[in-house]
Amino acid sequence: MPLEVLPQIDEAGADQEFLYTLNFGPQHPATHTTLRLILTLDGETIVKAVPDIGYLHSGFEKLGEDLDFNQYVTIVDRMNYISPFANEVSWHHAVEKLIGIELTPRCKYLRTILAELARISDHLLCVGAAALDLGALTAFLYAFNEREKVYNIMESAAGQRFHPSFTRVGGLMNDIGGDVVDQIRNFIRTFPKAHADVVRLLNRNRIFVDRTKGIGVLSKADAINTGCSGPVARASGVVRDLRKDEPYLAYPDLQGAFKVVCATGGDCYSRYLVRMEEMIESLNIIKAAVENLPAGPVNVALNDKLTIPDKTATYRSIEGLIQHFELFMWNRQWEPPVEEVYGATETANGELGFYVVSDGHGRAWRARTRPPSFIHFAVFPMLMEGHQISDVPAILGSLNIIAAELDR
Amino acid sequence: MAAYLDTLTARFPGAFTTSEFRGDRRVIVAADKAPAVLLGLLRCLKEECGFDFLCDVAGVDYLNYPGAADRYGVVYALTNTTTGGRVFVKAFANDPDPVLPSAVPLWQGADWLEREVYDMYGVRFDGHPDLRRILMPSEFTAYPLRKDYPLRGLGERHNFPTITRAES
Repeated sequence: MPLEVLPQIDEAGADQEFLYTLNFGPQHPATHTTLRLILTLDGETIVKAVPDIGYLHSGFEKLGEDLDFNQYVTIVDRMNYISPFANEVSWHHAVEKLIGIELTPRCKYLRTILAELARISDHLLCVGAAALDLGALTAFLYAFNEREKVYNIMESAAGQRFHPSFTRVGGLMNDIGGDVVDQIRNFIRTFPKAHADVVRLLNRNRIFVDRTKGIGVLSKADAINTGCSGPVARASGVVRDLRKDEPYLAYPDLQGAFKVVCATGGDCYSRYLVRMEEMIESLNIIKAAVENLPAGPVNVALNDKLTIPDKTATYRSIEGLIQHFELFMWNRQWEPPVEEVYGATETANGELGFYVVSDGHGRAWRARTRPPSFIHFAVFPMLMEGHQISDVPAILGSLNIIAAELDR
Repeated sequence: MAAYLDTLTARFPGAFTTSEFRGDRRVIVAADKAPAVLLGLLRCLKEECGFDFLCDVAGVDYLNYPGAADRYGVVYALTNTTTGGRVFVKAFANDPDPVLPSAVPLWQGADWLEREVYDMYGVRFDGHPDLRRILMPSEFTAYPLRKDYPLRGLGERHNFPTITRAES
């Protein structure tokens, strides 16, 4: 048949008879959480991908206007539940910026160490699950073995494995003991071997490389234009890391301990490599922070009337008792200025920020989250077009979409 | 004063006010000026002042907020990826028809962020290519993050159509 007789494809192609629609999710093993994609397919090639989200929407931000600054930390935990401690740090970073609290050095270091452990845990899940979706089960098992150790550290420090709810306004729920430091030291010693195992399993794995290299390419200009941050943006060559650009917590002291990992490929493989290297940088931060862990109190001074006093002070002193009640009675609590601030930290997925509006009470008037998963998932249709249906898990896995953070 | 504020003042005299709190610089556009000015102001910030990164679009309902003149605020958090500087552009809109120009022509990333503000507050964005609900179901009628919407809801879910197995 001569070429001009063959039907021509429109640019959109939506009304072409040979296209068909495939619902991907909301329950599908490769989405890992509940999100839905409506794919328009030409054979196995994706012509158009329309995400449909909101399945996990549970009104977190509405709850943020009802719960006080300390209570909301339990909700924040459940946003990106892969690295909950990083969310807590981000939330209280914004609240402390609003109230104007300068943390104690020990608290800064402890938050930094645990947030970096959370980053490692998040990257391990992302890399492990991405490899699992592409058929590499062993790397997933190695990664999850290490995540278990991070959970153990969180459990020893905060008493909870998954949702530690460990930060409080002006400090932490409690100080950590020497056993936690030993566990962290142990993790620093054993993690490089597990990391090297994953690297050896995946970095030059023919199948893994073939399925990720050149897939889902995001250019630097697009990454900036669409608002990408974190490893997704850095894999596209955007040199931006809040730990360097706007150092918070103990990062000003630890600038020499880590580098910003960047790549220029912008594809799934680059994002994988950036995450793998970031784990090593995080480990360097933890190493430097643990060796320089300052002594002293973990909470700001009791006289500032900002932190919950410990039980001894509550039961044995009248000031402690009064302050305890002051912080728990709904008509008292903190007295922040009638202002609004934006506080952001670099979490594993990217810039997690909170825009907190205050009307002068202990509850936020508005607790807006800047969710990196939401912003990265908006890029997904653009990355997907023209790829095969088997590339969906590769791209989804490389973006690390956490539906609880996506929908909030 | 920062250089970008001089540029903005020269370009849009009297169209905005500024304030600062803990290093966060805000450019505030009142509701009567916002529809005409906002897009040009954002374009000026993006193309002339180097704020090339739209970090976030946050909706806020200032109903009965101390000292508030207008009801809905939409905060565009902009970042300069070269210098790392930030600026927050806050534009207001009012009932009965809260509407602001869309920033999607400037940043593709504004698409979903503005859809979320529309979904939660009912602020419409003129020129948005696909202004639909994003988190709430499409048959939902209220705007749940408005301050006059109760925490426990208004019972909309009871009126959702039930799909039986025979109909599906």
